[in-house]
Amino acid sequence: MKERLVLVGNGMAGVRTLEELLKLDPDAYEITVFGAEPYPNYNRIMLSPVLAGEKTIDDIILNDRAWYEENGIVLHTGDPVVEIDRVNRRVISESGVEVPYDRLLLATGSNPFIIPVPGSDLPGVIGFRDIADVETMLEAAKKYKKAAVIGGGLLGLEAANGLMQNGMDVTVVHLMDILMERQLDRTAAQMLKKSLEERGMKFLMETQTAEVLGEDHATGLKFADGSELEADLVVMAVGIRPNIELAQKAGLYCERGVVVNDTMQTYDPRVYAVGECVQHRGQTYGLVAPLFEQAKVAANHLARIGIARYEGSVTSTKLKVTGIDLFSAGEFNESEGDETLVLQDPARNVYKKLVVRDDRIKGAVMYGDTIDGTWYFQLLREGTDISDFRSTILFGQHDLGDAGHGDETRVAALSDDAEICGCNGVTKGQIVEAIQTQGLFTLDEVRAHTKASASCGSCTGLVEAILASTVGEGYEAQPSKKPLCGCTEHSHDEVIQAIKEHELKSMRAVFDFLEWKTPDGCAACRPALNYYLLANWPEEYHDDPQSRFINERAHGNIQKDGTYSVVPRMFGGICTPDQLRAIADVADKYQVPEMKVTGGQRIDLFGVKKEDLPAMWKDLTEAGFVSGHAYGKALRTVKTCAGKKWCRFGTQDSTGLGVKIEELTWGSWMPHKFKLAVSGCPRNCAEATIKDFGVVCVDSGYELHIGGNGGIKVRVTDLLTKVETEEEVLEYCGAFIQLYREEAHYLERTAPWVERVGLSYIKSRILEDEEGRKALYERFKLSQRYAQIDPWKERSEGKYAHEFRPLKLSA
Amino acid sequence: MNEWKEVANLEEIPPLGSRVVEVEDGSIALFRTSDDQVFALRDACPHKSGPLSQGIVAGHTVTCPLHNWKIDLESGEALAPDEGCTNVYPVKVEAGVVFLQL
Repeated sequence: MKERLVLVGNGMAGVRTLEELLKLDPDAYEITVFGAEPYPNYNRIMLSPVLAGEKTIDDIILNDRAWYEENGIVLHTGDPVVEIDRVNRRVISESGVEVPYDRLLLATGSNPFIIPVPGSDLPGVIGFRDIADVETMLEAAKKYKKAAVIGGGLLGLEAANGLMQNGMDVTVVHLMDILMERQLDRTAAQMLKKSLEERGMKFLMETQTAEVLGEDHATGLKFADGSELEADLVVMAVGIRPNIELAQKAGLYCERGVVVNDTMQTYDPRVYAVGECVQHRGQTYGLVAPLFEQAKVAANHLARIGIARYEGSVTSTKLKVTGIDLFSAGEFNESEGDETLVLQDPARNVYKKLVVRDDRIKGAVMYGDTIDGTWYFQLLREGTDISDFRSTILFGQHDLGDAGHGDETRVAALSDDAEICGCNGVTKGQIVEAIQTQGLFTLDEVRAHTKASASCGSCTGLVEAILASTVGEGYEAQPSKKPLCGCTEHSHDEVIQAIKEHELKSMRAVFDFLEWKTPDGCAACRPALNYYLLANWPEEYHDDPQSRFINERAHGNIQKDGTYSVVPRMFGGICTPDQLRAIADVADKYQVPEMKVTGGQRIDLFGVKKEDLPAMWKDLTEAGFVSGHAYGKALRTVKTCAGKKWCRFGTQDSTGLGVKIEELTWGSWMPHKFKLAVSGCPRNCAEATIKDFGVVCVDSGYELHIGGNGGIKVRVTDLLTKVETEEEVLEYCGAFIQLYREEAHYLERTAPWVERVGLSYIKSRILEDEEGRKALYERFKLSQRYAQIDPWKERSEGKYAHEFRPLKLSA
Repeated sequence: MNEWKEVANLEEIPPLGSRVVEVEDGSIALFRTSDDQVFALRDACPHKSGPLSQGIVAGHTVTCPLHNWKIDLESGEALAPDEGCTNVYPVKVEAGVVFLQL
């Protein structure tokens, strides 16, 4: 017989736990859910848009009743559990329903704190917590004119904004001298107050409520200083208290919340608790992101996998008031010994402050321009050393390079029809709509549903900013430890380390050792693992064609019509008349519909049928060509300028050196594509400073530049060092490539990799550690012995012939 | 009833791989999964007609090489949140020989 799981509390944290559990083991339990409210699970953080009239209640339902039925879950709504009988392991509801349990999950959430002043129990005095509160507010807005909101925090301001949208005259009463003091510093709070005042919101600061006036309905407030305010509706938004009444009654240990350990268990190991009712390591949480992390852990244990631990969360905040951009995270008020970096532009209404300790971000407050909030938050959580880019950090990540979005970074100011994702034509309005109606919380979910930022990824920052400002405080930032894909909990780094340390030399070994969740991986992890295995064990691992993306399996670039393109390698861009004739002959013979000179100084033949590829390669191979790898996560080309041989400005033989570098490096598989260039003088005609590895020749030697990118996000290289001889160029180049090959994540270009690990780290490995550099270079040359076997030649001689030959039906 | 036609020996299709069968009105993709089952779909993704035969096979799904849609090999349907369906053809393996019903 199946074990029985009872969930008390039909809200976001509890139901999210069920969803995670069903994903891991759909048949583990017979599940019963009790909810006090008469609705199925809805998106509580979307109550503000409902109040503001931007959404309906139906829009914010996350799991409709059909979902419970489809998953065999018994749902009791409008019927709160009133007793937990731990001795007999059963719960009893208000209406008298009794359900036994083997495991119990408490997710009773929290209650709004109602200030205990005379009159606080009058009709017309409410919290801002559930659908019923919103309905009361909407009703009141139809009948009455004046509202008072007690509490100038996040929730209070959202309530006040919503009531104002409904035509009410709203005054916010706040005890402190600045708004949102738990999220904002003084400057940002004042900017916020000013812009809310401009919209018509009124404020009474440093004002303490003494009494709610009225006989049988609230009519106003009386304050400690004796003054009064007229109000027909009073919203108390001064905070929430974990709802621990039921747990306390059942004798479970509680402090401010129900106390749980790192596996989300209460002092009774059969009873788990998640969400706002919980106290973990002394902390309670009121935001959605931590609740979802807790849900994952609880589900993992309920499914008896038992490997996940919850270790607390760092949270960030965004205010969901349309048109106001505000972000805060971490310790945003500096303490002694901290340094603060501030950028303030009153005319543009922009304010950014970072609190820094030991070159690491401890907190951030931003107002007006919050596009980089998610970036700062990531740096904060990962504890990244910012010394390499500290001087420009306040200008934002786009200062490190962008694709020309320029100032189009203030998402709140963008209109709904502004195109955010240029690849897939997705507008801001469509993204907001999907987030609100589909109940999306993560970047991955937004990508799956809207396709925004799912192609080239250059709009990821904008999409994250829209997600953050739409979901507000509940925005679930990318976890700092990101699993490689849905098939595993392990990150790229953990997988790379396991392959090295435990000498895993086959895909099966990786799946078994790291307990992969799927039988044969997926289209995301298999190519990554194939690469990692190849990079670590060049002598032993056999490449798996079925784990290669089609371009690398067919050794050509698949085009939108299913044909392929062919790019022969021309070392350093040098060619002879015979070679050009051979390419022209091949193009004629196979009726190539179009030819083009590529950005990397090669010739591209488009529109080749797959079954023609081997024969075409045979002709090209006989003319002396090898594959140009224009299709692969591999070494692409070495672009060169004319150099000293011809150019009157040339300082060194840039073409000759380019040929040598390409002869050394061609055929090498990489985490992502890898481009090089050699320029003969600082005029830099080969554009070496936007390449993964660029050489700029000068009279006294060679400048080596790394981590450039000319694509999605333009990034100028960092200068690694200057060397004197061509031999040194080759050694440093090989060592840098090998370091990238061994340590970068699959599909990570050198530009983000260098930014992630820091230029100082690369210098420490390549410049300061001579022995290490030489060892890297040797390992690179070793792997090249196995990599420099021309795949075109092999296939033109019949290897993997089945790949290129269609089957025929026998009559 | 349409006839079963012999198309290939099982070992001509690599495990977790595919082969293309040319038929009168286009192409059919034959997939072999890691549990040695064979599936046949029209070789066109419901999204933008990408050649599914060129995709990566995992479990009983294939990922289209053009825009990463995942297609269920048993039903031909795109996995949520994407929506669409491609034709599925009956296929059977007998004594290591793959037959297709057209």
